[in-house]
Amino acid sequence: MRSLWLQVAAVTAINLKSISQRRWLSLSTVIAIALVVIVLLAFLAMANGFQRTIAGSGADDIAIVLRAGSQAEINSTVSRDQVRLIEDGPGIARGSDGKPLISPELYLVVDGIKRTTKTKANLPLRGIGEQGSELRKDVRITAGRMFNRGSNEVVVGKALLREFEGLDLGSTVSFGATRWTVVGVFEAGGSVFESEIWADLSVVQSLFNRNNIVQIVRARLTGPAALNELKSYSDNDPRLKLDVKSEASYFAEQASQTSDLIQKLGWPLAIAMALGAVAGALNTMYSSVAARATEIATLRAIGFGGFPAFVGTLAESLLLAAIGGLLGAAATYLIFDGVTASTLGGNFTQVVFDFKLSPWLIAEGVMLALIVGLIGGLFPALRAARLPIVEGLYAN
Amino acid sequence: MTAEHPMVRLTGVSKRFTKGKETISIFDHLDLAIPRGDFVAVMGPSGSGKTTLLNLLGGIDRVDAGEIAVADHRIDGLSEGELAAWRAANIGFIFQFYNLMPMLTAAQNVELPLLLTKLRSKERAERVHTALSVVGLADRVKHRPREMSGGQQQRVAIARAIVSDPNLLLCDEPTGDLDRQSADEILSILQLLNGELGKTIVMVTHDPAAANYAKRVLHLDKGRFVERELAA
Repeated sequence: MRSLWLQVAAVTAINLKSISQRRWLSLSTVIAIALVVIVLLAFLAMANGFQRTIAGSGADDIAIVLRAGSQAEINSTVSRDQVRLIEDGPGIARGSDGKPLISPELYLVVDGIKRTTKTKANLPLRGIGEQGSELRKDVRITAGRMFNRGSNEVVVGKALLREFEGLDLGSTVSFGATRWTVVGVFEAGGSVFESEIWADLSVVQSLFNRNNIVQIVRARLTGPAALNELKSYSDNDPRLKLDVKSEASYFAEQASQTSDLIQKLGWPLAIAMALGAVAGALNTMYSSVAARATEIATLRAIGFGGFPAFVGTLAESLLLAAIGGLLGAAATYLIFDGVTASTLGGNFTQVVFDFKLSPWLIAEGVMLALIVGLIGGLFPALRAARLPIVEGLYAN
Repeated sequence: MTAEHPMVRLTGVSKRFTKGKETISIFDHLDLAIPRGDFVAVMGPSGSGKTTLLNLLGGIDRVDAGEIAVADHRIDGLSEGELAAWRAANIGFIFQFYNLMPMLTAAQNVELPLLLTKLRSKERAERVHTALSVVGLADRVKHRPREMSGGQQQRVAIARAIVSDPNLLLCDEPTGDLDRQSADEILSILQLLNGELGKTIVMVTHDPAAANYAKRVLHLDKGRFVERELAA
């Protein structure tokens, strides 16, 4: 057994040391595999960044109340009477003044212009109740101030400001027939709320003629366990045909739809490219075996077995694949990680997010590269192991 | 003893090659015996089967019929794995183009056959040094093939062939790629290995001057050997 591993180590070392003799072909394989990994990881980083942005927005002790059957707030309506009933519902936390901690909210789509492409895109304008900003994690005004109640003022999320023009602090913007002044910029811990414009609920209702309805009610619960109480209360009152879910699960659903779609685009594309890379790897490794035929045959003539030739060839292929995978991961990290992009979210408005690589995603990319290397090296390795000695000795 | 137990014995060996629809018979019921300690040069026209003979003796090609025994050990029925182990223990190959691993040093090239043994690293290093000393290259252990002349490379190949102390050395045109002076040096080393260390050597060559270093010459003609004793 020791002799076998000495053989394997020797043949593997010979193979790896001889890669420089086939540097251009080997380099082309490394680049092809790196490109596959870049494409895959770019999509996965996009999906991951989107998911982190959306899913990171939710809390377990915040309840979201929507019209029954509504998947998103854009197609939900909650009446003023229903809001009052929710205020009196069980499990709703109350402030020091005894008022329920809830925020009825109106969610509208307005136009914005992307800085990069100068094209129109849907932006979310959210009218929030008095408690609106307190019901969200880590909300902080970073420039200017919060809007005044009853005025045509808006505050703009930091991410939205970065991606869309005309929303700078102090500027006046038109949404339909209404004009608004940007009085503040806020951040919200990198969550989806940073992709929104906030204004006073009553002003939005008034200027957009939605006086008696909101689309969603956000409520702080006395604790995560209180969610079931509120659900049961809503289910048992015929006046409340509403869905109650935790903010965390609401955003998780929202995130999974789009990130699943991104992944469903990314994987097939990466796999299609991987098939091309496998062909490249096969070509490289068959060429490697052909170039080393005399060496392989000489070692076999000396007494080496076929197994070391198999392992050595496979090791070469896997090494090239690993280099390609790591190169692709490094390139993706340098090119894409932290890059800001925006796409349509569940409410048909733009969600601004950062591409985000993670160690697990990098591992997925390198695994795909190694699979390419494994398949690309397997058949050439079998050829190396089965190469007739006489044929190999007189091959070159 | 030697006559009854030759180093190499071929009995009724037949070997054919198929090329397309054509079958070419190289040997048809060939018999041969090479005594232990012999140094035989095999000559003959191109395509006469000289190299095929070496390949059969070395267990890297198979007979279609007949028997091959080396040191009283039948090899014609061995499996691939058994043949590989047998070659490692009994055969030293010397090729026309040296067949060294270009990325390995002289010492690493010579060490390769010892990786198939149970020897420890230190013992392997001692054997490598001894083998390189025999061929006069003890001072070139760290040189790679491209840093050596053709003659030096062939001497490294000879060291590789003898390092595991095989009974039989099979040389395929060992001087075919060398100038006269280098060829003479190589052939002298082979004579030394035969005369001093008792190695049995079968050498295929086109070069009559090289053949003169052997104890006897076998001429291969139409699948038969024609023997001619050498004067010196």
